[in-house]
Amino acid sequence: MKLNKNIKEKNSIFKKWLIILIAILFIVLPFIINAYWVDVLFFFGIYALLGLSLNIVLGEVGLFDLGHMGFMAIGAYTTAILNTYFGIPIMILLPISAIAAGAFAWLVCSPIIHLRGDYLCIVTIGMGEIVRLTLNNNLFGITGGPNGVFGIDFPSLGSIFIVDNSTKFYYYIWLIVGLTIIGLVNLQRSRIGRAWNCIREDEIAAEATGIDVKYYKLLAFVLGAGLAGVAGNIYASKLMMVSPESFNFMESCLLFCIVLIGGMGSIPGVLIGSAAISLFPEFFRTFAQYRMLIFGAAMVAMMIFRPGGIWPRKRGAAEFKSLLMKAGEENG
Amino acid sequence: MKIILEQLLNGLTIGSFYALIALGYSMVYGVMKLINFAHGDLFALGSYLGYTLLVFGSTYATVTFGIWGGMIAAMLIAAIGIGIAGTLIERIAYRPIYSVGRLPAVVSALGASIVIQNGIMVVWGPRPQAYPSQVVPSIMLNVGEFKITLLQVIILAISFVLMGLLYYIVQKTTFGAAIRACALDRDTAALMGINIETIIFFIFALGPALGGMSGVMVGMYYRKISFIMGWNYGLKAFTATILGGIGNIPGAMLGGLLLGVLEMLGSTYISTAYKDVFVFLVLILVLIFRPRGLLGEKVAEKV
Repeated sequence: MKLNKNIKEKNSIFKKWLIILIAILFIVLPFIINAYWVDVLFFFGIYALLGLSLNIVLGEVGLFDLGHMGFMAIGAYTTAILNTYFGIPIMILLPISAIAAGAFAWLVCSPIIHLRGDYLCIVTIGMGEIVRLTLNNNLFGITGGPNGVFGIDFPSLGSIFIVDNSTKFYYYIWLIVGLTIIGLVNLQRSRIGRAWNCIREDEIAAEATGIDVKYYKLLAFVLGAGLAGVAGNIYASKLMMVSPESFNFMESCLLFCIVLIGGMGSIPGVLIGSAAISLFPEFFRTFAQYRMLIFGAAMVAMMIFRPGGIWPRKRGAAEFKSLLMKAGEENG
Repeated sequence: MKIILEQLLNGLTIGSFYALIALGYSMVYGVMKLINFAHGDLFALGSYLGYTLLVFGSTYATVTFGIWGGMIAAMLIAAIGIGIAGTLIERIAYRPIYSVGRLPAVVSALGASIVIQNGIMVVWGPRPQAYPSQVVPSIMLNVGEFKITLLQVIILAISFVLMGLLYYIVQKTTFGAAIRACALDRDTAALMGINIETIIFFIFALGPALGGMSGVMVGMYYRKISFIMGWNYGLKAFTATILGGIGNIPGAMLGGLLLGVLEMLGSTYISTAYKDVFVFLVLILVLIFRPRGLLGEKVAEKV
């Protein structure tokens, strides 16, 4: 028993150092690589944020959401429209886009939250497509149709803190990803996180133990959508424009793959998954038109050789097993 | 009245494409509980295969069999080719991961879909291709005051014959009973002496074969095909599958036809730009009130 504890402690010390090392690496990286790769890493950050947001819905609660880009679109367009028409600063719009996306999720998901598995999957696809098509059709004449909205400002706080170049954007996104990770780790350990995992493992049992399944599912959707809205805000201010084609079904599918390639419900897994999805096409740029062919084949191969993802989350299963063993010892 | 009937007929034509593709989704889902995301791209591959056959074999085929013979030959060969492609995908991408649950299969299916889509782009080029006009029959029929093309009638006839055939196989024959048994409970079906391997082979060959034929017909009907069209049609057909009740063969047919008609009526009476929005809204409304689809039976989840 004591030996076990020692190993556990050593593991946690190792983990701590690993996290510090990775953090330092991320801080010094922009000084080593050129501006192009800083941009690539920025988009890695965007995918990581989106992956983390989908991970709440898909990884923690096990709800199939193949229309997640719809929520990001709501966030991005909220930012774009309020900024270009009313001149509201991007930083103030950051929480507003999150709230807008979350409210949208609450509105559209409330009536469909009772659907299960594949039925929920198609409804979220439909919802994502409705959002994209509606934006594409120039709703109320303010979404700009297929061209989208352009001329969005850089994020700024007064005149001192302005995020206006690749390196600053890089630190900005990774700061937000870092804060999100801290928040999500705490959430995973909280009562809410346990309720979510319980619903994922067995919905009927969860309901029987008194978990308000509908409430927690909706909460996951609203939080996930809110985070996607944040990602949308940053994305819009980085590109200085938004257009409906950035939020198509294919992108939602890629997000789905990020979570599954990394490992369901695992935060390091999501980071690895988003690295795989966003960096892979960059590394294979020399293959030009064969690049996506290789990408697809790699996805298939990945699932054949590591079906659980690269870094699956072990905590739940391991703890449960030790609990069972304890119970067995007590009984027999 | 004239417009509504013509639009109804156009809707039924598009609907029969959706229905043929939806059958593939539904059969695979029924037996394997797997959404075959590569199915839409197999359909596009079928369309391209038919295109190549008609372009390169057109002189030979039309001289030997006549214009209709060429069309039928292209459809049959596309069906066989896509049937083989379907079983290959099952062998490579799905078979190794059946045992580990459903979600990895989704990623694998998406991967296979990306491979096929980009494979088409590499082989046939990124620009849309057009079915040559001399291989597509273009005779107009005047029935009373309606003008319909003969091609449309033929497409409808072929689709309904195919659907009827499949309905007969699945619902009336012993082999069909075996498929339905597998859909209900695969393990018990295996214990009853049903060869699961054969069933899986059959559904992964027949579903994509129907999709491939539908691909050739879409190519003839619209003339323009592109390598990304698999996503669009696949998504619509999948919607149709869910609308009718997934895993249910008559449901997939009804869902497909209904979706086509809705889309056409929506674009006539509401707005062309919002026709897809209308289709998805109808789907969501149906699922809110009938969560199992129109013909899907209420199955109790584990208790």
